[in-house]
Amino acid sequence: MDLLLGAVVLGVLLGCFYAAVSVGLSVSFGLLDVPHVAHPAFLVLASYGVYQLNESYDIDPLLAGLIITPLFFLFGLLAYRVYYETFERRGSDAGVRGIAFFFGIAFIIEVLIIMQFGVDQRSVTATYIGKSWRFGEFRIPIRQLVAFAVALGLTVLLAVYLSKTFMGRAIRAVAQDEEALRLMGANPVRIKQFAFGIATAVLGIAGALLIIVAPVEPTLDRAYIGRTFCVVVMAGLGSISGTLIAAIILGVAESIVLTMFGASWAPAISFAMLLGVLAVRPQGLLGR
Amino acid sequence: MNKRSHSIAFWAGVAVFLVAVLAMTQIVRNEYPFFAGYVILQFIALAVAWSILGGYAGYVNFGTNAFFGVGVYTAVSLFKATGAPLVVQIAVAGLIGMLLGFAVGLLTLRMRGIFFSIATIALAIIIETCVMNWRFVGGAAGIQLQRPPVMAPFDSYVKMLFFVQAVLAVIAVVISRYIQNSRIGRGLQALRDDELAAECTGVPTLKLKLVACMISGALISAAGAPAAMYLQYADPSSAFNLNYSVSALAMALIGGTAHWIGPVLGAILLGSTQQLLAVTISSEVNVLVLGIMLVLFVVGAPKGIIGLLRPRYRLRAGGKP
Repeated sequence: MDLLLGAVVLGVLLGCFYAAVSVGLSVSFGLLDVPHVAHPAFLVLASYGVYQLNESYDIDPLLAGLIITPLFFLFGLLAYRVYYETFERRGSDAGVRGIAFFFGIAFIIEVLIIMQFGVDQRSVTATYIGKSWRFGEFRIPIRQLVAFAVALGLTVLLAVYLSKTFMGRAIRAVAQDEEALRLMGANPVRIKQFAFGIATAVLGIAGALLIIVAPVEPTLDRAYIGRTFCVVVMAGLGSISGTLIAAIILGVAESIVLTMFGASWAPAISFAMLLGVLAVRPQGLLGR
Repeated sequence: MNKRSHSIAFWAGVAVFLVAVLAMTQIVRNEYPFFAGYVILQFIALAVAWSILGGYAGYVNFGTNAFFGVGVYTAVSLFKATGAPLVVQIAVAGLIGMLLGFAVGLLTLRMRGIFFSIATIALAIIIETCVMNWRFVGGAAGIQLQRPPVMAPFDSYVKMLFFVQAVLAVIAVVISRYIQNSRIGRGLQALRDDELAAECTGVPTLKLKLVACMISGALISAAGAPAAMYLQYADPSSAFNLNYSVSALAMALIGGTAHWIGPVLGAILLGSTQQLLAVTISSEVNVLVLGIMLVLFVVGAPKGIIGLLRPRYRLRAGGKP
């Protein structure tokens, strides 16, 4: 019983971390309808940026994540511009070619990382990595607690931003009815571009969390395609609070399977859940 | 040219190709061309088969690796359990690929766009995980295979596999060409352009998608069946490698999906470039080239190589003007 309880606690921590890595996708795919399969590749890229800063200048990984965040914001602005000019404006076939486009980007990022850093796993050093707290029977690694706290903060912050600020509301409005916004004199493309920038910027911190939780390798993004899309689809497209709930469900499910059946079955959990949701309730748990 | 002389030219081309391949296995002594050629032929089969669902119907299947891996492991388990010959392995792999295609179709074909694509990735990972936990075929560590003695008229197993893969590629092309020119192909193109409109005008969209999914799946699994013998080794992470999915899709998109010749051209171009690079530089560069070409073509030449050629050669394209 204690084993199960421990699995649930660790699952909740893991789940909040999954929310942080998925929340950007919830904006870009959920709200803006961009089939952004390269989202996890950008995430891993951010982790390597954090690794580089940590390795060369001994900067704390979280601070390093904060440092690369503006860079990722610009990156996102640029990526959306290219996507808009080549696919959305032409209109035809945006879906098929858009997915292919982002898969191409993901592959390019993977190889560039391999060429720069090699295929070995990389990890960061910080005072809170390697220690753990004991609670009676089970131990909780402090790195997980740090990731949990930051992830929760990040997700809540983004949710508040999207619901309370003027720009956040504009982003949600553009997701609902682009044409109406255009008639009111706003420029939907500018708003979407800004939103995509934010969705990418979040990955700076999320990438730091990724490498704090565990070492990273160049092809790690493939495992996260399933997890991030699972969370976003299960949440109901574009729902930020749903993202947190869906991510915790996924985290707990993964953690329990890991404890009960072993690591070899874990990779399929997120995908099996995703398939189940798609087949039974495609609009997600908290769908619009 | 009219339709009839087109047809005669096509079948003559097929005959010449197969005779040339057979002659090559008898004349050429060096084994390397057959190793490289096998991979290119395998990619032709995969790209053409992918295009039946992905190109004609516009349903982007990212689970090519699932069908491929199922082909590999059908062959491995059959060979290990009964020592079945290659032809039987391929036939059974094709059959199981077809059944899998039917199951995938039933489960996912009501999903549109990226949801369908993501669901096919999901299926691939789930099947891979099951194979990883399947002791009989070696689990995650993989399994070594001893090739059986080679059959006449071939003097090495690789030459035989090369010929077999050429036949599989031809079968894929013949089926793809038949579909393109038949009612099925026109129906698929109609639903690709506007599924709702197609449904309303009486096109049996779900049935057509199921048929396309089954044929495409059968061809991909059949093309994957000889891979275990080619490598003399099989393990889940290479048999189910996502690279197969992206390669098949990239080759079809780069060649162009409006006509069956597109995936063939794309596979030859990308496949031979990759073979060249793998020898001269490294396999990482392969993936980089794949990614860059995919992005460049998707952005710069949405209709692929045949889209670039068509103004000059006026290729007869089914579907869009």
